[in-house]
Amino acid sequence: MIAASDAVEEQTDRETEFGFWLYLMSDAVLFSLIFVTFVVMSSNLTGGPGGADLFDIKSLAMQTALLLISSLTIALAHHATEGRHTTRAVGWLVLTCILGAGFLWLEIGELSGFVAEGAGPGRSGYLSAFFTLVGTHGLHVAAGLIWALTLIVQIVIRGIDHRLLSRLARLSLFWHFLDIVWIAVFSLVYLPEFL
Amino acid sequence: MREMSTIVIGFGLAVILTALPFGAVIGQWLPREGTLWLIAIAAVLQIMVHLHFFLGVGFSGKHRERLSSLLFACVLMLIMVGGTLWVMTNLYWRMM
Repeated sequence: MIAASDAVEEQTDRETEFGFWLYLMSDAVLFSLIFVTFVVMSSNLTGGPGGADLFDIKSLAMQTALLLISSLTIALAHHATEGRHTTRAVGWLVLTCILGAGFLWLEIGELSGFVAEGAGPGRSGYLSAFFTLVGTHGLHVAAGLIWALTLIVQIVIRGIDHRLLSRLARLSLFWHFLDIVWIAVFSLVYLPEFL
Repeated sequence: MREMSTIVIGFGLAVILTALPFGAVIGQWLPREGTLWLIAIAAVLQIMVHLHFFLGVGFSGKHRERLSSLLFACVLMLIMVGGTLWVMTNLYWRMM
């Protein structure tokens, strides 16, 4: 009896996970359209500053490193919950949150610096597209951060159960997806400007 | 359940494929054209590494349905991205 209900729950979890995967695919389509808008707008500077004048490679490398390491820590958190190691799981999730918050902190600092220099989203078509793209990614990271904090609270209060495992599996999909989007951001938007 | 070795190998490959384009940009090892190609190839490879090692996309295993939906999403993206670029570059040349 118990085994049968376990099998049903596992089937439901797999279906939920696949449903979330389909959401990620539609999000990928959304991001690809923001990327292509950026490419189309990238030469419309209207005399304003371009990426070469604004970007700082040290800040970019820091942001990339933080996000990359956070994708390792979320994978380790997922691994720990599957092994039912509560303390370790909370530890890795807290670390993921710190890394994600560090990334957002640097990004917000960078973008508000641009606005202060008079290179806000209203300055040119290029900057509008840039702020839309980087801002959408940043909003996703902020949502992931809230999600991770909620899961930490749930683990601390209720421990690791079936539902939590499924939620963490989906959060880890979401987080790795955001890292993939960031790979495209730094390769397409930032790095070519330093050449 | 993902094995620890999968996580470590995936992360190691991702670090290499991130360090390579950053190194090429900072060190200016290659001519401009070559660096752009390196950035593009490293990005595509790293996206594939993340998909395979972290997101469980593959030809076999328990998440096989993810690959087919990913391929479908790629077709949609190619149509929309390619179509946008086609129309907008055409418009650009006509407005010259």
